[in-house]
Amino acid sequence: MCYAIPAKILKIEDDTAEVDYGGVFKKVNVSLIDEPRAGDYVLIHAGFAIEKLDRKSAQESLEIIRNDLSQFSEEDFELENYRDS
Amino acid sequence: MNKQDDIMDEKMLIAEHLKDIGDLAEKIGRNITIMEICGGHTRVIMEYGIREILPKNIRLISGPGCPVCVSSQHDIDCMIELASKGIPVATYGDMMRVPGSRYSLSDINSRFGNVHEIYSTTEVLKLKRQFDNIVFFGVGFETTAPMTAFLLENGIAVYSVHKLVPPALIALTAADDVHIDGFIDPGHVSTIIGSKVYKEIRIPQAIAGFNPERILRAIRVLLELILENKDKVINAYPEAVNEEGNRTAQKLLDKHFHVADSEWRGLGILPMSGLEVNDDRLNAKILYKDIVDSVPIPKKSGCRCGDVLKGTIEPIECPLYRKVCTPENPQGACMVSEEGSCAISYHYGK
Repeated sequence: MCYAIPAKILKIEDDTAEVDYGGVFKKVNVSLIDEPRAGDYVLIHAGFAIEKLDRKSAQESLEIIRNDLSQFSEEDFELENYRDS
Repeated sequence: MNKQDDIMDEKMLIAEHLKDIGDLAEKIGRNITIMEICGGHTRVIMEYGIREILPKNIRLISGPGCPVCVSSQHDIDCMIELASKGIPVATYGDMMRVPGSRYSLSDINSRFGNVHEIYSTTEVLKLKRQFDNIVFFGVGFETTAPMTAFLLENGIAVYSVHKLVPPALIALTAADDVHIDGFIDPGHVSTIIGSKVYKEIRIPQAIAGFNPERILRAIRVLLELILENKDKVINAYPEAVNEEGNRTAQKLLDKHFHVADSEWRGLGILPMSGLEVNDDRLNAKILYKDIVDSVPIPKKSGCRCGDVLKGTIEPIECPLYRKVCTPENPQGACMVSEEGSCAISYHYGK
């Protein structure tokens, strides 16, 4: 039940969005996220969107990118700052 | 960037992580135990054989990351008893075959046809139109509790056994029988609760994503923290997790639930570790108090799911595993749930 999958919102009507999981289309509830819009990428869990993913991040989780870890200094391993470059 | 590049990049990243993990493990020297508490992480780890490629002094164990598994036998018996009285109930799929002390929900459904298996709680709205007194079994951690809160918002009764992850982490850090050096924190629970809450738990932690590269990244980060003796929380899944979490979901939880003591299989009663329904008129434990009170305390069985969940034994050390207990004939929740350690081990041939 931990699984959540990224999908793209195609259209929204009230609290329901039609999303595209890369060729598979489903309806999900978007009442748990703020101001969802068509074109947004969201993470879906048990039929509900639980988080928006920015397009770049969504593509990062759908495709693996090269992460040059040698760029990171000590300070970069702080809570908020551990990100891919 | 094409797919070939992506696969090569992932492989190179994994190779880098493994090299660093090897170096760090050597510098640390002593035996280290890392625990993950997320059924989704367990699955990736087993599927890709991640334990086997780690250095010999790094032990990766599974903790209580399966919400069906950590539900107490008594709670499971109560939910099954409600169903056995013919009350229409709705539940997620992996509750269907969990053995009660006498029957499973699947057995009850074969007799009465009143157990409705759902994928999303939105389906329960439709069921409510047909069955006005339907009860939803709220099983799951913080990822799933908001979907139950959605039902309470819509006036649907709930039997809640929802649990909170941070209190379990605290209990595990204090446990005598298992020593843990660091946690791989759950991914989507963290999407809801945010990364900030883990800071108060004084132990190295890394929030991980759901592929092998992400898991290895988290392990690498943890070993760095352990080597330098830093009780930090690193968010290694930033695209899905931020510091504050999902405030809308949190507000919905606050509106419909209060935190209460909860009984965890394997860990006993943990204070302030579960979610209880606020509105008595929607709380199935109160609506059906007579039925719930009539359910006896379960007898002890040979099933060692509790010890598996605590990380003190591997499934293979349970005397029932594979001999009596199989996915076709499960003796406990850990073998039934697709996030259960025993089910996952069995599937991957351990």
